[in-house]
Amino acid sequence: MAVVFEKPKALTDATLHYCPGCTHGIIHRLVAEVLDELGVQGKTVGIASVGCSVMSYDYFDVDMVQAAHGRAPAVATGVKRANPENIVFTYQGDGDLAAIGTAETVHSAARGENITIIFVNNAIYGMTGGQMAPTTLPGQVTQTSPYGRDTNTVGFPLKVCELLSNVDGATYLERVAVNNVKNVKAAKKAIKKAFTYQTEGKGFTLIEVLSTCPTNWGLTPPNALKWLEENMIPYYPLGVYKDKYAEEETK
Amino acid sequence: MADKVLMKGNEAMAEAAIMAGCRHYLGYPITPQTEIAAYMSKRMPKVGGTFLQAESEISAINMVIGVAAAGKRAMTSSSSPGISLKGEGLSYLAGCDLPAFVVNVQRGGPGLGGIQPSQADYFQATRGTSHGDYHMIVLAPNSVQEMVNLTFQGFDMADKYRMTVMLLADGTMGQMMEPVSLDMGEVKSYDKPWAVTGTNCEREHNIVNSLFLKPELLEQKNFERFERYAYIEENEAMYEEYLMDDTEVCIVAYGISARIAKNAIDAARAKGIKVGMFRPITLWPFPKKEIRAIADRVNSFISVELSMGQLIEDVKLYTECTKPVYLCNRTGGMIMTPEEVLAKIEEAVGGNK
Amino acid sequence: MTTNMLIAGFGGQGILFTGKFLAYEGLLEGREVSWLPSYGPEMRGGTANCSVILSDTPVGSPIVSNPDTLLVMNLPSLDKYEDATQAGGKIFVDSALIGRKVNRTDVEAFYIPATKLASDEGLTGLANMILLGFVIKHTNVIPFENIERALTKVVPASKQHLIESNRKALELGYNYEG
Repeated sequence: MAVVFEKPKALTDATLHYCPGCTHGIIHRLVAEVLDELGVQGKTVGIASVGCSVMSYDYFDVDMVQAAHGRAPAVATGVKRANPENIVFTYQGDGDLAAIGTAETVHSAARGENITIIFVNNAIYGMTGGQMAPTTLPGQVTQTSPYGRDTNTVGFPLKVCELLSNVDGATYLERVAVNNVKNVKAAKKAIKKAFTYQTEGKGFTLIEVLSTCPTNWGLTPPNALKWLEENMIPYYPLGVYKDKYAEEETK
Repeated sequence: MADKVLMKGNEAMAEAAIMAGCRHYLGYPITPQTEIAAYMSKRMPKVGGTFLQAESEISAINMVIGVAAAGKRAMTSSSSPGISLKGEGLSYLAGCDLPAFVVNVQRGGPGLGGIQPSQADYFQATRGTSHGDYHMIVLAPNSVQEMVNLTFQGFDMADKYRMTVMLLADGTMGQMMEPVSLDMGEVKSYDKPWAVTGTNCEREHNIVNSLFLKPELLEQKNFERFERYAYIEENEAMYEEYLMDDTEVCIVAYGISARIAKNAIDAARAKGIKVGMFRPITLWPFPKKEIRAIADRVNSFISVELSMGQLIEDVKLYTECTKPVYLCNRTGGMIMTPEEVLAKIEEAVGGNK
Repeated sequence: MTTNMLIAGFGGQGILFTGKFLAYEGLLEGREVSWLPSYGPEMRGGTANCSVILSDTPVGSPIVSNPDTLLVMNLPSLDKYEDATQAGGKIFVDSALIGRKVNRTDVEAFYIPATKLASDEGLTGLANMILLGFVIKHTNVIPFENIERALTKVVPASKQHLIESNRKALELGYNYEG
């Protein structure tokens, strides 16, 4: 019987612990498919961060390091500098990357580290139970912004791709979403491009993936996908924010 | 003698790290250890290594974690306030059972403190660098030659026991020049089947991790780690004795304090006072059996240290408070003179009557 | 025999280099030596000092708080360290920069206008070595005939052309009859 669908080799057989409707599963799969397709599973090292995806070290069937909160890009830097032939990626959420790990993020980009960051932005702290994140939208209700994020007192969300697009060391930055088939396909294309650039030694790549958190948003999975489309995408427009090599080609 | 060169402690120690096979230095500038970074930035490119000035102490120690996880010898160096920042990473290194070599060239504290020599990070190094149940091996050199020897040895211990080795120096050790031999011998290499180098699709994936959500599993991990610690305590304690055969008053000191105390002991001996010194070279593991045995044959101890009384707690603990322990100390970057130590020796002798 | 020397002056006068030169010569003679600088912001233009010990027995504390030989190249250093000098010790003063005399009567004081001699003889920046030549003459810290080999060691390879001027400065101080 012809196999029409199978699990990527770069994922283990472990059952994912994510909540029903959470899009981490999709993003894990996209990363694993790309590692398979590029034939780099055996030389890839992943860095798990702190947050819902902390146990991604059990799911990716590649060598993994679990990093302290926010420090994944620094750990990735060490791994890559020790063995430059490895493909090294971090998998980080918004609290990890854009709050406690902002310095590590910005400076690994500034150094042009030849690593790939998969940045999962769902506008909330998931694992700790739904607190306000650096990417929580203005007015968005969370456990620690019960009256809605008030930009007068707690300021505005960080737009990571826009921020990093001003960093000379960054090579490729794209924001994608996984709320529908079309966007999932585009997301995979972006992730594949990022890893391909890394195999070519082209430098720092970051893919921001807009993701859902039905549990902490208090929405059903379909409504969460809809909320993402109606609220997140307008604030965080999808697209390529920087691609040094595309820019070179058009010159 | 011909092979000896005159080098600063910080630079000699950096060269010893390179001789020990360290090819990755990740650091951040802070006085009084910046010579280490400056030296490494010159040398590493010449030996095919990596020198990286990180954006923070925190980032630097996490880069060390990355290099160590990838199976290579890595080091970072800093001074007191910077070591506090590295605390988080040191706990993760312990939790992940990774080897690392970390240098603390101590300065006065707390807070930003000062930049002059201090030994006020004794508690931090031997007890509370960061959260969780763990230890680091802590080496305390008292000469430039020991900076070199203990660095070379320290990298070996780190790999052998899969833990952090901290070289606990002070501003004086780092800044002074003494003749030093860099004849170190062979580097022993260790298999690291746990390292994250890529599975090559030929083995189970390696996971370097300190997260264990099941308490029974985490407890077991800690038990195993402490079995290793017990072995180290039994086998790796290092110390030096000076004029201890007939001594009545035993000075306990490490690092620069031991050098100053030595002058005072010589002066006291000239006056006929029977005083000697027990110098722990490993602060963890503390040479506890040895000092306990000494307590049975001396009348008193004097802890000579550049802090408000940190080493003295271990002296009391490991001598089981069987003999009086005097404190001779300065702090905040001030250094006691041999005369101050001598006065304390005379006080102790008086107290013995 | 042990020499406990303290060399003090302003940053930029070559205080640390002077000490390093002596320490290297001590090393070449197979003696026990230590060299310890003051460090920190004062190195960048403020006061600088260094402790140098040359001994036939292992050096204990590398910190010289009571020198038997004191070299001073500015007034604040003389003010600070004169009283710390051991009785019977020797104090060497750059009299071109320090207007006053040594007050102590239980030490031997020596004066040489090193900085003026340096500028007169086209050896600007080498007053420290002129002073040291003078010190070598009046102490037995190192044998004068060994200066050349220590200079070769202590002057960086890229600056070997400076050996000649350093040697001249040392000779000038050594032969000074004040």
